[in-house]
Parts: sequence; C-alpha cells; structure tokens
Amino acid sequence: MAERVLMKGNEAIAEAAIRAGCRHYFGYPITPQTEVAAYMAKKMPKIGGVFLQAESEIASINMVYGAAAAGMRVMTSSSSPGISLKSEGLSYIAGSDVPAFVVNVQRGGPGLGGIQPSQSDYFQATKGGGHGDYRMIVLAPASVQEMASLTIKGFNLADKYLMTAMILADGTIGQMMEPITFEEAAIETYDKPWALTGTKMGRKHNIVSSLYLKSDELERKNFERYERYKVVEENEVMYEQYMMEDAEICVAAFGIASRVAKNAVAQARREGVKVGLIRPITLWPFPKAVLRQAADQVKSFVCVELNMGQMIEDVRLATECRRPVSLCNRTGGMIPSPEQVLSSIREAQKGVN
Amino acid sequence: MKTTQILIAGFGGQGILFAGKFLAYKGLLEDLQVSWLPSYGPEMRGGTANCNVILSEESVGSPIITNPDVLIAMNLPSLQKYVDAVVPGGQIYVDATLIGEKVGRDDVAVFYIPATQMANEAGVPTLANMVMMGHVLKNHPELTFEGTEETVAKLVPPQKAQLVELNMKALQAGRDYQ
Amino acid sequence: MAIVFEKPHALTDAVLHYCPGCPHGIIHRLVAEAIDSLGIEGDTIGVAPVGCAVMAYDYFACDMIEAAHGRAPATATGIKRCRPDSVVFTYQGDGDLASIGMAETVHAAARNENITIIFVNNAIYGMTGGQMAPTSLPGQVTQTSPYGRDVNHCGWPIKVCELLSTLEGPEYVARVAVNNVKNVKAAGKAIRKAFQNQVEKKGFSLVEVVSACPTNWGMTPQKALEWVESDMLPYYPLGVYKDRSAAKEAEEK
Repeated sequence: MAERVLMKGNEAIAEAAIRAGCRHYFGYPITPQTEVAAYMAKKMPKIGGVFLQAESEIASINMVYGAAAAGMRVMTSSSSPGISLKSEGLSYIAGSDVPAFVVNVQRGGPGLGGIQPSQSDYFQATKGGGHGDYRMIVLAPASVQEMASLTIKGFNLADKYLMTAMILADGTIGQMMEPITFEEAAIETYDKPWALTGTKMGRKHNIVSSLYLKSDELERKNFERYERYKVVEENEVMYEQYMMEDAEICVAAFGIASRVAKNAVAQARREGVKVGLIRPITLWPFPKAVLRQAADQVKSFVCVELNMGQMIEDVRLATECRRPVSLCNRTGGMIPSPEQVLSSIREAQKGVN
Repeated sequence: MKTTQILIAGFGGQGILFAGKFLAYKGLLEDLQVSWLPSYGPEMRGGTANCNVILSEESVGSPIITNPDVLIAMNLPSLQKYVDAVVPGGQIYVDATLIGEKVGRDDVAVFYIPATQMANEAGVPTLANMVMMGHVLKNHPELTFEGTEETVAKLVPPQKAQLVELNMKALQAGRDYQ
Repeated sequence: MAIVFEKPHALTDAVLHYCPGCPHGIIHRLVAEAIDSLGIEGDTIGVAPVGCAVMAYDYFACDMIEAAHGRAPATATGIKRCRPDSVVFTYQGDGDLASIGMAETVHAAARNENITIIFVNNAIYGMTGGQMAPTSLPGQVTQTSPYGRDVNHCGWPIKVCELLSTLEGPEYVARVAVNNVKNVKAAGKAIRKAFQNQVEKKGFSLVEVVSACPTNWGMTPQKALEWVESDMLPYYPLGVYKDRSAAKEAEEK
C-alpha cells in the first residue's frame, strides 16, 4: 500500500491534479488557497509543466479557456472573490463545451468579506455564477483525502462531459493537514477531436466558440447541452450516509459542516436520539433521490451550513417540503460547534415526539 | 485514550504551528488518525497563533477543537483565552517564563515549565516550543519518545539537517524537566 | 488561362459580413497572405475578439477560438503555453484591446508572450453601433460623445504603440495604416514580420493597423480614408516603435 503522508488540503489538490495528468496551471494569489499555486510553482517546471501567475483572475480563467480548447488538462484555483471574477470565463467555457477544472477554497463574503472558512458560494457554484443556462459539476470534499480523490475524479468528469468540474472546498479543509495516501490515479482518457491543435492541413478548421447569433441554433445548443447534463444527473450523483438506517431525524451537511455534524450525530446517538446524516458529495448533481427517500423515513431534517441557508433550498426541493427542514448555521468565517448542531437536533427531536 | 484534542496557542513566531506539526507527525508515526488545523491569516505577521491537533484511534470527526483535552499556552493572552475551555480532567501546559500567573482551576492537571528560560540555557533560544513538546511527550505514554528524531527529521528541510539535533536537545530538556 | 489573382489559402470561402468600404477585409487578407507566405496555416491557431471581427473564426481557415471581450491575449497565452510550436495570433479592435482588455494586452507584452497581435484601430466601437472608443480622437463625435470627445470629461485617447514600447517585454511594436496602396503594402510587410518573429521564437509582436469605419463615422468610404490621413495619422504617427532584434543588430554593427 502507498505511504500515509501528512498534507494540507490545498497541497493534496495540487499533487492529485499533477497525478491526474494536469500539466498547466494558471492562477492568481488569494488567501486561503495560495498553497495550490505555490505547490504548482514548485513542481510544474520540474515535470515539464507550466505554472503561470496571471495578471488577474480574469486573465487566468481565460488562459484556462485557451488551454482547455487546445485539448489539455488544465486548472485554476482561487477563493470566493476570485471566483466571482472568473465567472465570466466559466460561462464561456460552458458555452464552448470545453473541459476545465476549477477549485474554490471558500472564504466569507460578500464583497471582500474575510479570509476565514465559509460555504457561502453554494448558490454561485450550483446555480451558475456566470450568465446563461449552464451547469458545473460541483464536488464537495470533507477531508484531505477527498481533496485528492475528488480532484482526480473532477478531471475525469470534466473530460467525459465537456464541462467544468469545480471543487467547492473551504478555508478549513484547504488549510488543515490529515494523513493521505495516493493510490495510482485512474486517469480516464477521452478523444478530443474538437481541440485546437492546428489543422496540419489535414482537416477542416476547428472552431471553439460560444457565439450563436441565430436564436434557434442557440436554443438547440442549449437543449443539447442539457441532455448531456441529464446524463450527469443520472450517473454521477455521490453522497455518504451515516447512521441513517433507523433515523428519525436527518442532518444534511456537506464539506467541513458535515464533519462537525458527524460529531453531533454521534453524540446524539449516545443520548438515544435516532439521528443520521446525509452528506452530499456532489452538490451538482444534487443527491435528490436519497433525500426524497429519506423524507419517507424521517420526520424532520436539519441542514447545517456555513452560510445564511443556501443548500437548505435544495433540500426542501428534493424532499418536496414533505418534512420540516430547520437551519443550523454560522457564517462570515464562523463554524458551528458540535454543541450547536446537537441542540438543533434536540430541537428537531421535540417536533418528532 | 480514544481521542485527544490538543490546542497549542501563543504568539506568531513562537513555532506554534511547527509544534503542532510535530505532534501530528508523531501521531502519524504511531499509526493514529490525526488532524492538524492552523489558524491562518494576519497571525502570520506577528499576532496570536494557534493550532488544533487531534490524535485519535478512530477517524477524526471535526478538526475544529472547542474543548481541548490538552492546552499548551505559550503566552498569557492564550492562557486567559482558553483556560476555561479545557475539559475537566484535562491538562494545561504553561510556559512559566512568559506567564507569571497560576491557573485558577483545580479540576485539571497543570504543568508549569519555564520553557523559554530552559531553551535559552540549552543554547536553543528559539525552541521553547519544543521544550514544551518534550514535556507533553513525557506525560503522554501513548506518544512514546521513541521515533522522535525520525519525526523531527520529517519536519526539517534537508538543507537544514543540523536543526534536528537542536530540536532533539530542546525535546530532551523538556522531557527531563521535573 | 494564367491565374493572376486569387484568394489566399488561409481565408475560407465564407462571405465576409463587414460593411461596404470596411477595411477589415483588407486586413484579413494581409493576415492570410502572411500565413500563406510563411506556410504556417496548419500550425496556426487564431483568437477572435468581441467586436466587429467577432466572427473572424469563420473567415480564417486555420483553427480558431472565440474569446471573451478583451481576453484574447490571455486565451492566446493559454494556447501558446500548451502548444509552444503552434503559431497563435489574436485579431482585436480598439475597444477590445485598449479598453476592456488593456490589462491582458499590457501583461502579455510584459511577459514577451510569443504571440502575434493584430490590433485594428478605427477609433470607434463598430459592432455596437458607433460609441466612443479608447482611441476616439479629441472632439470626435460618436453616439456616446454626441458633442465631440471632451478630453476634460472623459480623458485622452490611448496611443497603444507608444505605451507598449516603454516596456522591456515586447519584441516588436509597429503602427501601420490601410488607407492607400503604399500603406497597405507596408502593413502587409509589418504583419508578416509579426508572424515571422513568432516562428523564430522572438516574442511578442503587435501591429496596430489604423483603419476606418465609414458606417459609424458617417462618411463615404473614400471620405473615411481621407479622414484617416487628415485626422487619424497626425495623432497616431506610423512607424516602428520597438524592434528589439533590429536594435540589437544595429548595436552590434
């Protein structure tokens, strides 16, 4: 078995990306994700790759767009305010159907906000921060190991479905160290006949573009794209269930919030409260079916988030509002304690009895 | 012991994060599950710094510590900030050179170590953090002193290998303190 | 029958959408001739802007990508860094390059990014119907400067070649025009050099082409070309603003 090493979450992403075959990184410094760039700056020149610090987040995402169109595995990483700037490029990448890999190590907002961990870019990531009809695959790691495994997965999914895969992490998971083992990365390879390679005078020219001035053509493109998104929704949903077998209360939480929630669930179980946890790993596609199923089993939901209540809307939609869903949250860089979650569970328990 | 939650706190520049890394790597070597979470941000430029280390026989839940089993306080503001958060029956390690006050709790074990002074006397003035770690190891038999040198070697960049010896000196001084 | 004139191979058969009298057709042709003469079509990847030339991807026979507004130099950088042996060019207007994309332009130049930029300056936003551009002349009447560009209110036009030539980075910066046969010939030479430099891995080469916009200037094509001569060129003097290799050679002699 591979060696267990201690690594920061941000570094795990960078190392995993390299193992996934990414040789091109374009970025711009911002806390708390800078370790990704620093790691790439150190490693890329030694393995024949490219690290380039761009003049802005806007430039870096457009470098990613160019490199992706050229058929390369390419990535950028940033934190919340930087992702807002990149949103223009993300929309173009979606509209041009090229694969990209983007990391958001979230910090508190809005505006310049703060630099402490947050999950307040859930809407931006899952509903589309840029303009137009589009989706991104959004992966929410809850451990350093998952920072790595979901990075490799993200590159594969991006190539498979010709879209952006985004890691939606937060300052805590980015900064913390945990043991991690790197197994051999399972790299999936897909043909890219659309890539800009130069015609070599052997084929008609390839055009990568998101411009469709004829309305019916643009509509058709969007319909086609959403057909592809449907396949993603059918095949790529990922989630974890914890102590759900006989649960009467279901806690829903992702990323770092799920780690805190897990502690609270374990404690509540010790107190005899029948509570479980559903942790969405893909935030888009959202694990609707398992939550809908849970709504038939449990009497109440508690959503734990580091924001003012964003995923809770998807939980309510998925459960078709059949059960009450309460919110247990902190925001602005604050993190709920297991005790706070525990008291939300106890509160939900009162409704059950 | 199933899970030990350790909070190390002090000034930026005292090697708080390094000390935490030492414990995390030590735990890794003992085949424990570990997590290490630094405070990050303006602390890097001289404010207060703290570090959450969890060592566990089972997988670590939240990496964020609200009630530490062990508090290592390297300055007075840190002691004042966290003293009441320590669980009853827990441990508090105090750098007695920098903190003149006594801990006003009788439900925890308190260790006063003049770490900064000891580090100065041992000729390793920047390693009071490791003097403290040495004493922590002494009181935590599950973290044996064995393999300490190997752990330190993992933390020190190869071009600064001479630091291994200095760190060991500080750790030993802390371990031997009565 | 002997063929005395034909379309460059690097242009497709698509019919240009440009307005009557618009010099974009000439400039496209000059770019295509440069690609043909260097025999690089199969390795060339072009980046289209947002602006009148937005659909340039339909006209050039090489691989093409359509960039976001102003971001063409960044997109080109991404491609070039992935495929260093390809020949990457951007084709941008004044709003795209000198207003919204100024940061991308300056930084690509500062990095001496080994790409070729064709910068078409016609002192107006054409695609959106004739608004003031960063290069609109003082006093110039546009849709958004209906009383003439008031420099006290909205500042002075930007002289891109002069500005970029203050940087250490770029290899070659030149300004040409396409208002008469002599100038078109000189423009063709400069554009070819800008591609040649890239092939020879010399670095960032930008050719500013002073052009005309009869439609939005509200002039006949003939009158517009005269206005280039009488009003544009005094403000935007033609010439080579930077040529690192030539300067080095001269120094060595």
